[in-house]
Amino acid sequence: MPIPDTSAKIPVTVLTGYLGAGKTTLLNRILSEPHGKKFAVIVNEFGEIGIDNELVVNADEEVFEMNNGCICCTVRGDLVRIIDGLMRRKGKFDAIIVETTGLADPAPVAQTFFMDEAVGAKTKLDAVVTVADAKWLSDRLKDAPEAKNQIAFADVILLNKTDLVAPEELSEVEARIRGLNPYARLHRTERAKIDINEVLGRNAFDLDRILTIEPNFLEEETHDHDHHHNHGDHDHGGHHHHHGNGLKHYHDEDMQSVALRADKALNPDKFFPWIQDLVAKDGPNILRCKGILSFKDDPERFVFQGVHMILDGDHQRPWRADEVRDSRIVFIGRNLPEDKIRHGFESCIA
Amino acid sequence: MSDTQVPIPSLAERARPFSAGAPVVGVHFFGVTPVFVLGEETLLFADEGERRVKIHAGAILASASDEGRILTGGDDGTLVETRADGEHRVLATDEKKRWVDQVALGPGGAVAWSAGKLAHVRNGTGEERHFEAPSTVAGLCFAPKGFRLAIAHYNGVSLWFPNTDALPERLEWKGSHLGVAMNPDGKFLITSMQEPMLHGWRLTDGKHMRMSGYSARVRSLSWTAGGEFLATSGSEQLILWPFDGKDGPMGRQPKILAHAEARVTMVAGHPRQPVVAVGYADGAVKLVRIEDDALILARRSDGQPVSALSWDSKGQKLAFGTESGEAGLLAL
Repeated sequence: MPIPDTSAKIPVTVLTGYLGAGKTTLLNRILSEPHGKKFAVIVNEFGEIGIDNELVVNADEEVFEMNNGCICCTVRGDLVRIIDGLMRRKGKFDAIIVETTGLADPAPVAQTFFMDEAVGAKTKLDAVVTVADAKWLSDRLKDAPEAKNQIAFADVILLNKTDLVAPEELSEVEARIRGLNPYARLHRTERAKIDINEVLGRNAFDLDRILTIEPNFLEEETHDHDHHHNHGDHDHGGHHHHHGNGLKHYHDEDMQSVALRADKALNPDKFFPWIQDLVAKDGPNILRCKGILSFKDDPERFVFQGVHMILDGDHQRPWRADEVRDSRIVFIGRNLPEDKIRHGFESCIA
Repeated sequence: MSDTQVPIPSLAERARPFSAGAPVVGVHFFGVTPVFVLGEETLLFADEGERRVKIHAGAILASASDEGRILTGGDDGTLVETRADGEHRVLATDEKKRWVDQVALGPGGAVAWSAGKLAHVRNGTGEERHFEAPSTVAGLCFAPKGFRLAIAHYNGVSLWFPNTDALPERLEWKGSHLGVAMNPDGKFLITSMQEPMLHGWRLTDGKHMRMSGYSARVRSLSWTAGGEFLATSGSEQLILWPFDGKDGPMGRQPKILAHAEARVTMVAGHPRQPVVAVGYADGAVKLVRIEDDALILARRSDGQPVSALSWDSKGQKLAFGTESGEAGLLAL
C-alpha cells in the first residue's frame, strides 16, 4: 500500500469577531458554497446557531498558561486535545476552521500552533479572519478590549453589514480599523457575502507569503507624517489626523502600529539580540509583528513574523536584481514604545 | 542512531507485518493475539484471519486493556468494551455526545472514563459515580492499590476515592497536566505536562519532583519490570527515571539510553525483564537492555512515526504500529 503523505499540514483558519458581527453567517456561507472541500469545524460551545457540517466539534475554550504563568505563553488546551483527536480522522477533511467566542483573545489560538510541537507538526495556521459589524464596531472599540484585539490581530477583516450604515460612517469605521491594523486585507461585505478564496488559503502565517504585506507597508511609508493633530475628537476614543488630501487617519490611543524601514543593510549580530530582547520585554504589548530584512553580505531576503513573544523567521529567497534591498518591519500592539523601537532598529544598521 | 552507523543486531526480518490501512493509535493483547486500535472505528484482531471489528462510529480517542477486555472511548460519545472474541457493547454514552477521550481499567472490573470535565467511574457491580474536574480531564489512572482514581487536569491532579463522599484530594502544580501514572507501589504520582517535562509528587508527604530536559512533550510513559524505572518518550534518547528508592528520582539523574537522531515517540517496558521497547519518529523500533544499553533492532526505520507499542503479558511478543498504518508483530 502506498505510504500516505503525512507531512502535508492541514491549514487552519481562525474566525474571530465580536458578538453578533456575523461569524456564524460567514461560517455557514463557507460551508455551503459548492467548493468540494470538506472542513472540520471547531465551534465554541456557546454558539447559538446550528452549523450544518458533518464534522463539528464543540470546544470549551480553555486558555492554559505555560511556563509557569507567562502570559505570552498561553495556549488553547482544548485545541491541543481536539486537533490530536481530529488527526485520527485525517483524510476526512481538507481544512480546519476554528470559530472563537466573541469575547476571545485570538492570541492563545495562534500561539497554540507555535507552542505545541504536536499541533504544529500536523497543522498550520492559515489566517486569522475577523468579522466586524460596520454599525457597532466603533462603539465596541471604545468599550470592548477584545474587539480591538480581534481587529489588531487579523490577517483578513470583513467589515460586515455595510448595508446598514451610511457611506461616510463606513469610511469612518474603515479609518478606525486602518488605525489599528494597516496590513490586514479589508473587505466590505453584506451578510458576510464574500468569495471564500479571500478568506481561506491565505497563507498569512507562511513566511514565503509575507510579501503580501508589502503594499500596505509602502502605503504607510508614503503617508505624510507631518500632519497636524486635532485633539477635539477625544470622546471618540482616539484622535485623528487630517491629511492634506482630506483622508482621515485615526490613531487609536492605546493600540497602534509602528512601521520601520531602513535603506541600508542590517547587521544580523545586532538585529537578532535586539528583536529577541524587545519581544522578551515588550512581548505582552506586541500583538503581531512582521518583517522583511536585508542583512549585510547576505544574498537572500530574511522574513519573520511574531505573535507576542514568539518569533518565527527564515531566509525566503535570493534578492532579485531589480529589487530595492531594504528592510521593513511593522509592529502592532498596545502602548508601543515607538521611539525606543525606532532607535533600537536603527542601531542594527550595519 | 541511524542504520548507517555501527549496525546493531536485527530481528526486524522476523517480524510479521500487517497492513492496518489506517493510523494505528494503540495496541493491546488478548493472550498472544495483538489487537491494533485504528484511528477510526475499528479494532484489527491480528490472528490468523486478521479480523476487523467496527466498534465506534468515528475516531477512537483512547484505549486501555486488561486480560479480558479492551476499553475504548470515541468521538461518537461512547465508551465501548470489546472481548477477546470480538463481542463488544456500549457501556456508556455521553448525553451531549461529547468526546470520550480518557479511559482506564481498575480493580474488580471497574472502568473509568471522561468526557469534558466529567470523570466517571463504574465499579464491577455496576454502581456509577462521577466527579466534575475544574477543567477538562486530560488523564486518568487507577491507583495500584485500593479503589482510587487519579484525574489530571489544569493546575494539578485530583485523587478521588469514588466509594466515599469525601472531596478528592488536590495535588496542585501550575500548568496543564496531560497524562498521569502511578508507580506500582502507589507511592509516586507522575504527570506529563503541556511543557516538555514531567511533574511528580511523593504521595506520602506531597513533595514535588520536576523532571525536565526533553525536546518535546512527553506522550508515552511506561514502567519497567517491577517499577524500577519510568521509561519516557519525548527526547532523542530513552529517558529512564529511577523509582527504586524511597526518594524516587529526587536529586538523581535519569538513565539515558538508546541515543538516536530521531525522537522517541513510544516506550513499552518489558513486563518481566529489565528491557524497554522503544519506538522512534523515524519508524525504528529497538529493544534496549537497561543494564548495558545493548540494542536489538525490531523494526527498520521508514520515516513513519511509531504510534503504538506493546508487549504481551509474558513478554514474548512485541506489537507495534505506525501513524501511516503499518503494523507488525515480533515473536521473541
